[in-house]
Amino acid sequence: MMRSALSRRILGAVVIAICAFLILPTLAVVPVSFTKTEFIIFPPKGLSLQWYDVFFNHPAWRNATLTSIAVATAAAICSTAIGTLAAFGLNRLTGPMARAVIWLLLLPMLVPTIVLAVAFFSGLARLGVVGTKAGLVVAHTILTLPFVVINVSASIQKLDWRMVAAARSLGADPITAFRKIALPAVLPGVLAGAVFAFLTSFDEVVVALFISGVDAVTLPVQMWNGIRFEISPAVAASSSILLLLSVAFLSVGAMLLRGSGRNAAEMRSR
Amino acid sequence: MLRLHRGGIATLALLAPAVVLLAAVLIWPVLELASRSFRDPGGPFVLYARVIEVSTYLQVLLRTVTFAIATAAICLVLGYPVAFKLATARPLAKALILACVLLPFWTNLLVRSYGWILILNPRGILNSGLMDIGLISSPLDIVYNAIGVLVGMSHIMLPFAILPLYAVMTRLDPQLANAARTLGAGPLHTFLKVYFPMTLPGVMAGVLLVFTISLGFFVVPAILGGPRGLLLAQLIEFNINTSLNWGMAATLSTLLLSATLLLYAIADRWLNLGSIWGLNR
Repeated sequence: MMRSALSRRILGAVVIAICAFLILPTLAVVPVSFTKTEFIIFPPKGLSLQWYDVFFNHPAWRNATLTSIAVATAAAICSTAIGTLAAFGLNRLTGPMARAVIWLLLLPMLVPTIVLAVAFFSGLARLGVVGTKAGLVVAHTILTLPFVVINVSASIQKLDWRMVAAARSLGADPITAFRKIALPAVLPGVLAGAVFAFLTSFDEVVVALFISGVDAVTLPVQMWNGIRFEISPAVAASSSILLLLSVAFLSVGAMLLRGSGRNAAEMRSR
Repeated sequence: MLRLHRGGIATLALLAPAVVLLAAVLIWPVLELASRSFRDPGGPFVLYARVIEVSTYLQVLLRTVTFAIATAAICLVLGYPVAFKLATARPLAKALILACVLLPFWTNLLVRSYGWILILNPRGILNSGLMDIGLISSPLDIVYNAIGVLVGMSHIMLPFAILPLYAVMTRLDPQLANAARTLGAGPLHTFLKVYFPMTLPGVMAGVLLVFTISLGFFVVPAILGGPRGLLLAQLIEFNINTSLNWGMAATLSTLLLSATLLLYAIADRWLNLGSIWGLNR
């Protein structure tokens, strides 16, 4: 179809325009972050690293970054552990039971974030952990669980269980067979899940806005304040750094997933 | 009912941590929130009646649905050609397009919304560019209003439309369309009668996914929208943080959640939700 050169050229131009629409707003933050002015102007005037200086040295920005790193690391570790176990459990189920458990495990991805935020807010208030890092870790562990389950499940489905059975018949006990055969085979999926869980927690805005309080301000919350209340170019500097982080993580995630034959594209909540 | 493999205990033990965590911190509070919406002193459905009676609430609901429909339509129109190109392009072009789709997909929501402010604001990239070349004399009013919200929402949801379409298109046999052409069908006819119908599952999945997620948008309308023209998620936040009306927040949350889960259930029945995320069995 669409054999004629003209229609193919029109299609190409349209696709290039749409790709520009996708990519340009993402990249627009980079030039602005080097501005000398106190305000955002385009094209930026002068060239300076002052907003990166603010990002790395101003206490509010530095603390927010450190909080985000701590919360995302803890949440990624918890959800990777819990999600990996759950993926192995899910793999043992069939039929309606499997469907029900899939729904349950995907729920944090399906429920609108604003509803999650309200529910976490009231749920964690009862535990007295609203406004603490612990509360954020619990909430983000749940929020990132589906990414781990999806990635690990994909590797498990590719796993050749006959190899595990062979190890068993050669005398390995179940735990050894699992540790030596199954675990190394699914490791890329586990690591990819951990990477995506970290990035999801590190980027998360809405739930953090509701439950971070004043003591657990994360980087996205700090950026939110910066965008809503001052429009400072420091937001552009921090945006550029987050962009760099996304590129790095996406590359690592894609590399890990290539091993398990999956596409980094397929999962992402809003 | 519980038909477990042998070693059902092990299965339970593997799933237990996730299930307990989800039940305690997600499902229980959500159920409690839902029950709160029926516990107004005036009667169980008083709050729901108020949503319909008070014109502000009803307006927000209608606006939210309208924006979600518009976003889904825009994403389908923009996403279809990109997915088609992606499915048929050579490896290099394919990798470049995929990078353009995936980089924003995995970039912080705030970064992207902020990027749109930089482009669309009265002194931003677009307006100053258009004024420099003399196409307009005063800046276009394209941010902090409905236009800004629609641009931002479409930008964020576009990959959600492209990826299911692409998944369906790569599985198609291109020879079918070629066969139609050989048998004498024109390009438009071939597309409408042969190619497009075969991509319908991807169209449905993409549109349903975009529409459903769009119902709950909060960050984009809060940053790119104006002080008026709130969407549903913003109204929920307003009821909690500003008017401290937990009953109404619970009611609106329950409406949003029910609509979302219903739409996902429909998607699951038609399109097998698990397969969208590769959890098919």
